[in-house]
This record gives sequence, C-alpha cells and structure tokens, in this order.
Amino acid sequence: MKSIRDGFGEALVELGETNKDIVVLTADLADSTRVKQFADKFPDRFFQVGVAEQGLVTVAAGMAEAGKIPFTTSYAVFSPGRTFEQIKVTVALNDLPVKIIGAHAGFGASMYGATHESLEDIALMRVIPNMVVVSPCDYEEAKKATMAVANNGKPTYLRLSRQDSPVFTKIDSKFEIGKANILHENKNPKVTIVGTGPILPEALEAAKTLEESGIGVVVINLHTIKPLDEQTLVHYAKITGAVVTVEEHQVMGGMGSAVAEVLARNFPVPIEFVGVQDSFGESAKTYQGLWHKFGLTKEKINEAIKKVLHRKNT
Amino acid sequence: MNHTTNELKKVALQVRKDIIDMIYKAGSGHPGGSLSATEILVAIYFEILKDDDVFFLSNGHVCPALYAVMAEKGMIEKSLLDSYTTLNSPLQGHPERTKLKGIMNTSGPLGLGLAQASGYAAIKKDSHIYCMTSDAEHDEGNHWEAVMFAAKYNLNNLIQFIDRNRIQIEGTVEEIMPLGNLIGRYRSFGWKVMEIDGHDFNEIIRSVETAKEEVEAPTVIVANTLFGKGVSYMENDPDWHAKAPNEVEYKKAMEELK
Repeated sequence: MKSIRDGFGEALVELGETNKDIVVLTADLADSTRVKQFADKFPDRFFQVGVAEQGLVTVAAGMAEAGKIPFTTSYAVFSPGRTFEQIKVTVALNDLPVKIIGAHAGFGASMYGATHESLEDIALMRVIPNMVVVSPCDYEEAKKATMAVANNGKPTYLRLSRQDSPVFTKIDSKFEIGKANILHENKNPKVTIVGTGPILPEALEAAKTLEESGIGVVVINLHTIKPLDEQTLVHYAKITGAVVTVEEHQVMGGMGSAVAEVLARNFPVPIEFVGVQDSFGESAKTYQGLWHKFGLTKEKINEAIKKVLHRKNT
Repeated sequence: MNHTTNELKKVALQVRKDIIDMIYKAGSGHPGGSLSATEILVAIYFEILKDDDVFFLSNGHVCPALYAVMAEKGMIEKSLLDSYTTLNSPLQGHPERTKLKGIMNTSGPLGLGLAQASGYAAIKKDSHIYCMTSDAEHDEGNHWEAVMFAAKYNLNNLIQFIDRNRIQIEGTVEEIMPLGNLIGRYRSFGWKVMEIDGHDFNEIIRSVETAKEEVEAPTVIVANTLFGKGVSYMENDPDWHAKAPNEVEYKKAMEELK
C-alpha cells in the first residue's frame, strides 16, 4: 500500500533534477500535496503563495508565459474547485503548460467532510478546451503520469488521491497519455468495466467474482479522461455490448459521462454508472466508510454488471 | 525620450479617434476606460518598453486602446482595426494571447493580470515587467493575492499602472465599492507607490524612471485619469463604460477629437 500523492511527489523531485524548467507553486499545502521535498531540494524553483488558490493558478500562468512548466498544488476542492475561471482564462485559453494538481480528490479527506471532498473536479476540468485530464490509479502510475504531464506541453489537470492504496500496476507497465490500459481481459468477454483512479481494485475484485461465476470481463484503466481513448472504448463496447463505468466522482459529468458520450456517438450499448449519485459527501473516519455508504464497492459494481447484462440481453 | 511630448500627444489623439471609430463601427466596446488609458498605453509602447520588457494588460476591456496603439506602433496593420469583434478577427472583444501576436495574456475577466505579470516577473528577473490595471478591479480578491506575492518575492522589476479613473460599470468606484486608502494599502503591503497625472507624458515616463531605481519592492504608479477623456459627453459618465456611440454621437466625438 502506497499513496498516489507520494508517487507524484517522488516523481516531481526526479523531474526537478532533470528539467530546470519545472517550477512548483503551492497554496500553503506543500507537505500534504507532497511537494515539500521538491521545495527543500530546489528552493529557487519553489513558490509559496499562501492560502490563495486564485493567485496560485494565475501567478503560475505568468511563469508559463515566461517559459516555465509550473506545477500548482492544492486540494482539488480548492483548485480546480475555486479556480475554474482562472484555469479557463489564464491557463487553457492562453494554452499554457500549467499543471493543476488536485490533491485529496474523491473521498480521501473523509474526516474533513463534504467541503473537503472533491467529487466534481473531473467534470469541471474535462469541459474546458485544451485541457488534458489525467487520473492515475496507484503509486506507480502516479509517478509515470507526473513524468508524462510534465512534458506534454499542454494545460493539464492531474487528479491525486490522499490515502494509501494498493499498488497493482507494474513499474514497467506502459503509460501513455490518452491511451487506456487493459488490466484484465477474458478471451470471450460479456461486459466491459471502465474505471479510473484508486477505485479500480474494487473493479478488479468484482471482475474476479464474475469470472468465477463464468462471466467473462474486460477491465479498462481509463487513466486519461481527456483526450479520451475512443478507439479502445469503442472496440470493447463492440466486443462485449455492455459497459459499467466506475469512478470516485459524481456520475454527472465525470469519466462515465465521457465514456457515454463516445459510445452514444459511435456504438451505443447499455451502460451503468457506478459513482456518486448527485449527493454531497460527509465526514467519516476513513474513505472506505464513504465508499461503502455511497456505493463505490465491488458489490455495487457486481449489481451494476448484473443490471447491464440484463439490459443487454432483453 | 524617443519622441517629443508633442509627437506623443499626436499619437494619443489618433489613438482616441481610432477608439471611437472602432467602437462605432463594431457597435460595441468600452470607450470610457479606453480613453482614460490612452496616454499610459501610448507611453508604454512608444517610450517605456525596452529589449525583453513585456506588458500585461489586466483590464482587457480597454483593448480598443491597446489595438489602436499597436496599430500606430506598426505592430499590426492599421486596416485590421476595422475588424474589431467581427467573426474570425484576431482583434477579439477581449484580447487573446493565442489569437494576436504581441498579446502577452488573455484578459477581460478582472483581477487576473497582475498575478500573471508577477509570475512572469518572478522568472524574468532581468527584464522590466509592466502591467496596467483598473482601479475598479481592485474589488477582486485575486488581485490582492498577487499584490502580496509580488511584495513577498521582492519583484522590483514589476511596475504596475493603475488607471485611476474612478468609474465602473454601475457608478463611481466610491459608490460601488470604496477602495479606502488605496495608496496606503499598497504601502502597507511593502510596495513603492507613486501618484501621477495619467494624461501627462512627462509624469508617466519620469515615474517609470524612478520605479526602475527601486531595488527591493514592486512599484505601483497610481495614474489619476479622466474616464472618457477627450469626448465631452463621455467624461465621468458611467453610462459610457460599455456603449457604442450612435451616428450623431460619433460625429460629435470625432469633431471634438481634432
């Protein structure tokens, strides 16, 4: 078990060594967004802007105008939560390679309650032209995603989780922005599960149960929500004829919506959406308590699969 | 100085005519602030910017003035001014970095420009970075986040002009949201502050020379200006924040700008 934010922080230090254009800015959250090590090692390339997320993003835009690759860190509820307009106008419309790092996304800050739980950030970011949206699923993938977004030359949102979570991707598995990874593939699959972020182990567990009961499954890790890997999604929709999406985010406007838009255009199949169903979060000692309460579990994924298979077959 | 004051005044007069002409032809635009900012923008582009210096316009709605100055300076074709706000024109209703070469920052939404100028200034320490803001956009929290950032990081290469015309969309700045002691506020944050007549080229240019001598703090030059300057019926009237003149008003304005 390791955290996605740690993967980000470690990769950032590596990047700092090799790429002098990387600068890091934070809004009084260096430690918990894991940029403290970068700050200690490269003090001249680190900027503490105070509890000022709007300033965070707009100052970073200016640095990108001056040729730098700024990484801005805060909690996702604040940035992009508070900084939507700043991102749209000064980062995306200017088409600058500013990296918006949204930490504690999903239910990771469970103890702090609804104000600190970011369940809308994917929707906010994917609707802005020019933005790239990346949501790594574990520590290893977070490292690769951090390296990749540093060099993509585009405005980019990187979604990070707070909690320690299973590391189920390999150090040498391929990561390419915009190219989905297949985590599990039955030779004769009946349903496709598309997931993003650290909820994916639940999807893999659900797949295991299904396989045991004789239902073949494909599990796709959709780490890039924009640009979307339409080819892979359409390919497996054609093969399986049924899709379940799984995300630690509102189902409205999130990753599942993005998948639905593509399939509706190209190859409509029944889809079920596992995610937060139009409600706010709340406090709980651990994120698992909230995953359970809001239906982000392997059991609920299994239910969704039964439902989607029923729809497919009737 | 590269130009005499009289030469600069001639440019400013032509810029004012262009502003009225563009807004009249477009049927939309922001004449009041464009006319108050004219001398500041002319001075920046004709006298102040050197080598790698750059300028950030924060209150982007005054872009008719910016476009007109760019045309006078030869940065864009003069004929392009007629395309202001028309479909496919690089001269957008609010200026865009990716649409027009020479524009540093997309602007219009207020309170964002000084922060971008500050970020740029924090990286390009060997250049002077200029930014123009409006007094009314000092209502925006984002702006004050940048004020603190620039002071904290000792951005002595950052020079901000405030177009202090005291008018905003729905009334006077004093009515809509009093700014308190604006000069005192900047001083308390550690900025160097100067106050000038924003229509006097000599004062504008001299204030920048003084600002450049500063070794630690960013500088703000509070430039007192007249909203709608040069067109009598627009002066100090908030109605002319975002309104195009009709034919009669257009002719009267062009008559006055001689």
